[in-house]
Formats: sequence, structure tokens, C-alpha cells
Amino acid sequence: MAILVGEQTRVLCQGITGRQGSFHVQRAIDKGTRVVAGVVPGKGGHTHLGVPVFDSVAEAVAATQANASMVFVPPPAAADAIVESIQANMAVITCVTERIPMIDMVRVKRALRHSQTKLIGPNSIGVFTPGECRMGVMPLDIATPGCIGLMSRAGTLSYEAIAQTTAQGLGQSTCVGIGADIIRGIDFVDCLKLFADDDKTRGVVMLGEVGGGAEEEAAQYLKENPYPKPVVAYIAGQFAPPGRRMGHAGAIVMPGSGTARAKINRLMSAGVHIADSPMTIGSTMAEVLI
Amino acid sequence: MNIHEYQAKKLLAQFGAPVSKGEPVLALADIDKAIAALPGPVYVVKSQIHAGGRGKGKFKELGQDAKGGVRVSFSADEAKANAEEMFGKTLVTQQTGPAGKQVNRLYIEDGADIETELYLSILVDRETSQVSFVASTEGGMDIEAVAHDTPEKIHTIGIDALTGITADDVAKLNTAFELTGDAAKDGETLFPILYNAFVESDMSLLEINPLVTLKDGHLKVLDAKVSFDGNAMFRHPEIAELRDETEEDEKEIEASRHDLAYIALDGDIGCMVNGAGLAMATMDIIKLYGAEPANFLDVGGGATTEKVTAAFKIITSDPNVKGILVNIFGGIMRCDVIAEGVVQAIKEVGLEVPLVVRLEGTKVKEGKDIINNSGLNVIAADDLDDAAQKIVKAVKG
Repeated sequence: MAILVGEQTRVLCQGITGRQGSFHVQRAIDKGTRVVAGVVPGKGGHTHLGVPVFDSVAEAVAATQANASMVFVPPPAAADAIVESIQANMAVITCVTERIPMIDMVRVKRALRHSQTKLIGPNSIGVFTPGECRMGVMPLDIATPGCIGLMSRAGTLSYEAIAQTTAQGLGQSTCVGIGADIIRGIDFVDCLKLFADDDKTRGVVMLGEVGGGAEEEAAQYLKENPYPKPVVAYIAGQFAPPGRRMGHAGAIVMPGSGTARAKINRLMSAGVHIADSPMTIGSTMAEVLI
Repeated sequence: MNIHEYQAKKLLAQFGAPVSKGEPVLALADIDKAIAALPGPVYVVKSQIHAGGRGKGKFKELGQDAKGGVRVSFSADEAKANAEEMFGKTLVTQQTGPAGKQVNRLYIEDGADIETELYLSILVDRETSQVSFVASTEGGMDIEAVAHDTPEKIHTIGIDALTGITADDVAKLNTAFELTGDAAKDGETLFPILYNAFVESDMSLLEINPLVTLKDGHLKVLDAKVSFDGNAMFRHPEIAELRDETEEDEKEIEASRHDLAYIALDGDIGCMVNGAGLAMATMDIIKLYGAEPANFLDVGGGATTEKVTAAFKIITSDPNVKGILVNIFGGIMRCDVIAEGVVQAIKEVGLEVPLVVRLEGTKVKEGKDIINNSGLNVIAADDLDDAAQKIVKAVKG
């Protein structure tokens, strides 16, 4: 089934009537994603894009057995929307919203403790199992069902890697945009564990960048646990000046840590294949899989 | 977003934190009035710039023997002389870089009888996703050096978001600071005040270095450095007004007005890319082909023609730019919007350097048509590799 989402996923969309929500839900439906409900407080009882709309996540779940939620809610209300879906025991939540206040995410992370929910994002392009289910905003036509698991902190850079693995004839099992914020849901290590057990995935692409410690944690995990599949990584921001935030909230090199070089060295020592250029991600994977 | 020390202290005082009496000086003419408003006889004249290490900093215009950016003065006359000497000069500290920062604001404060100096900061700990206090008895020093040399002297205390700061947390902090008597009692009030100020004002960093115990046994906030979470300023218009734009790069301010993420760098190839990760990757590949990027610029996911035009103008206003690379992978962003913005901008500001455009993704054909039919001298590229090679070749010859 690939990881996180597949044919069996029953998606609801929080904020379905908004411009972004409408646009991406329609495209997801067109390509076969099972969108079973929308949630917009005050708009319960309506139908939008052929999908029934409810006032709350709990009502939507009771009526439709939705088990995953994609959040298209603006920053001021996004954290509350995520918490509502956590409390409704959604298996997977994706949040595309950019610029959620950090203190709100602290609250979200507290709500995630002791829950079974896997949160993807925020500030994420979502999760996409080609041919089965897309939650989020990834372009549909560059992906094709296949064997590469992709996990990324970035957005458009992921599209570059998706297009390359498609061009190499490999395709993708599942693509996961873990998000570009400092405080976020699942991380590289969580994805690695899921990809390891997934029959469809033959190799894993990691797109990291400067700042934070997610790549180092992944390197540590790979060092301590023999990994059954090859991992190819590209780390963006090799020139990044220290102390400056490179667009993404999480992309900042702090004194003594988080440089691209340090991350690359750690990953290499854990047996990860490094793509030196963003244009050789697909070809590097193709070579190691032969 | 950063604010000055005097603004930070005013904010903390509003939450009830003990700070010294002080007066900001925004113009030379304010100095007398500020000194007259303070009791004396000891005054501390402090440079207000968004950088640390002020005390040890040196003024460019003054000799190496001149005193630093924070000066204790033992009379009103001495305070006045210090303030007049410091105002308008360029202070170079460990954090400003060699160019230094012009001191356009001073803060004159009542002196304090210090017994011990402590270090306190509050931040969001990335690893635990909690608001956390960092506490150390080694105040008044470079905390990174303390963390490196004597890590056992740094204590981190995470606060549960559900309960907020508890009596137990306060007790841990008092122990970490080795506080007893009146100071420990002050801590019981002060630590919750600081936690609430952090959470309610959406700070991303609150650093008090030093927090001091006075000779009379009480606690006082002697310095305060505050940064706010820019993403939360929509709910704090009064804090957003504290922004001091003279502290920031002009092009970066202009970019933020248009909601663009821009960072000036030292190279000569200007870049315009959608998505921060792809922008970094684009700069990496420019470097791979032996050239240097002049900037980082992410036009974001929802760029309009106006935004792209603004971005283009910012790039071309940099005299170091000898060539421009536009790299767009359209997802949400449509290539035709980018193409129209680029054509519009060139019509407005002209194009005196080579321009390579690489478009891919949503509406790529429409985008390419707009560029090709514009009659402008634009070099088209098939992919990022091709684009990087073409712009490097065009600039280096």
C-alpha cells in the first residue's frame, strides 16, 4: 500500500470551501483520491464539489468514516483545526498552511503526545501515493506509481526530484513533504521506519536542507539500525551564510550546527549516497539500484 | 523580528518584571532631559543596536582606547559627555561584522548595585517542541562559550504547554540559579511573569543576560534581548510597530513589503526562484559551475505579476549583479504568471545583463510562449543544469 495513505484512505478537508481548498480537492478527486467530507464551521449541511460539508470533524467522521484530514485553513485558525482532527483520532493529518505561529505549534505538539495521529507538516506540500491518494498540493502529472519513497523538507525542490525519478523510469511509492517549519509533525526518521517496512519501496530519497537537526537524527538512526534499502540524499544550502533564515522558518545555520557540509558528512558516514547536484538525485538513485 | 533593549524592558515592565528606571534617547537634544529624569548618581549609557557584545564593542570613529558601547557614568556630566560621544557613531561588535552598526538610539539607565550575575533565556526547544527556560549561574558572559566549556552549568527546564509554568518548574529554576531568601521569593513571581510575557507576546527568544541579584537581595532584569515570531505579528499590531527599519538591509525591507524572502549575498548572479529549497538548490548548482550567487530570493507559492515585477526590480537594483537566473518549477505557481511578471519588469526597468529563464511545471507552454513572443533578449533553458551552465557562461564569458 506504500506508506501513510493509499486507496483505503478516506479523506476529509478542513477549509474545503476556500480558494486553495477547493482547487486542490477538485484535482485530488479528479485523480481518484477518495474525498468523503469537508469541514467548515457554519457551513454544515451544504455540499461542495459534490462532497458533503460538516460543521465539525467529529460530525464528519461519524457520518463518513473519514480517517485522514487535510487542513487548508489560514494561519490564525490552523492550529485549532489540527487539534480538532487529532482529537477525532485521524490517522493522518496534512497541513499545507504556511506561517502558523510557533507557540500554536507547541500546543499542537502537546496534543499529539499520546495520540496515534501522524501529522505531516505544517508548511508542507502534503503526502502523495501516485495513483491512489493525494493529500496536499503536489502536482499530479509529474508523478507515476513506482518504487521510490521520497521525503522532503522542501516544496518545489521535491517536484524536481519527483520529475527526475519519473524520468529514470523508477516512479514513486509515496512522497512525503515533512514541512519546512521548525516545529512539525513526523520527521525523516519516522518516514525511514515506514519506508523500511513497505514492500513497494525499493529506495528512499531524502531532500534535506540547512538548519535544524532532522538530517543528523536520520544519520544517527541509519548508523544504529541496518537499513534494508539504499538512501540517496541531497542537502540544499551549501553556500548558506550563518545566522540568516533562508526563506524556510527552519532553514537557518546556527553557530556550530546545521551546516549542509556537517549534515552531508554525517549522512555519508551512515552509508547514505549523496547527490552533489540537485539535478543528479534521480540518476544517483538509478545507479545505486542497479 | 527584533526590538531594542529599551523597548524590550518597557514590555517586560508592563508584565510586572523588575527593571531599572531608564530613558531612551532618540535624538541628541533628548540627552539632557533623559539624564534629568533619572535619580543618579550612577548612570549607564547603552547603545541601542540589534546586536550583542555592545560592552566590548569599539566605535569606528573613536580611537582603540575609547570606551565601548555600554558606559557606566558616575555623574550627570559624565553621562552627558558619554552620550554625546556615542550618539551617531558606528559600533563594531563581535556580532555586527566589520562594517558595524550606526548608533541612532541610546538608553540611559539608573545604575544598579550588583551582587551576582545570572543567565536566563526562554525559547522554543526544537527537540522537545516545548517552551523552555535556559538557566545558568554564569551570567554576563558569552553563553555559547559557557555551554562549550562547562555544559554542566547550563540547565534546561521545559514547560508543559497544558499546565503552563508550575510551582515545581519555579523551584527547579531557583535551584538552577542557586537563589535563596528574597531572591528566591522574587523568582516565584518573576519566572511566571517572563513565561507569560513570552507566550502572550509570541516571542521567539527572550534572553536576559544578565539577570542580577542586587546587594539588597532582590532580583532585577539588567539586560533584555527579545525577538518575536514574525508569523504571529498579525495578532500584535502594537509590537509590529516597534520594528526599527534602520537596523535592516534596504533591499530586504523592500522585499518583505512584497512578501518576498530575500537575502543579499556577495556574488554576481542574481537569482529568482519559487520555493526556498529550490532557491537554495539553484544557488548550490551555480556554485558547482564555479560562480557565486548574488542573492537568495524566493517568490513564494502564490506570486502575482506585481510580486514578480518587484522581485525583478530588487535583483536589478544590486550593482553587483552581472547576470540573472530565473528558475521556476510551477506547482501552485503558474509559469505564465512568472513570465508576464518578468516581461513587465523588463519593460519598466530595462535589462542590461544576460537573463536565463528556466520554466517547468504548471502552464509551462503558455509561460514559454510569453517569453518567446516578448521580443526580449532572454536565454531559454531546458532544465536547471542547462540554466546554470548558460548563466555562468554568459557572466564569465
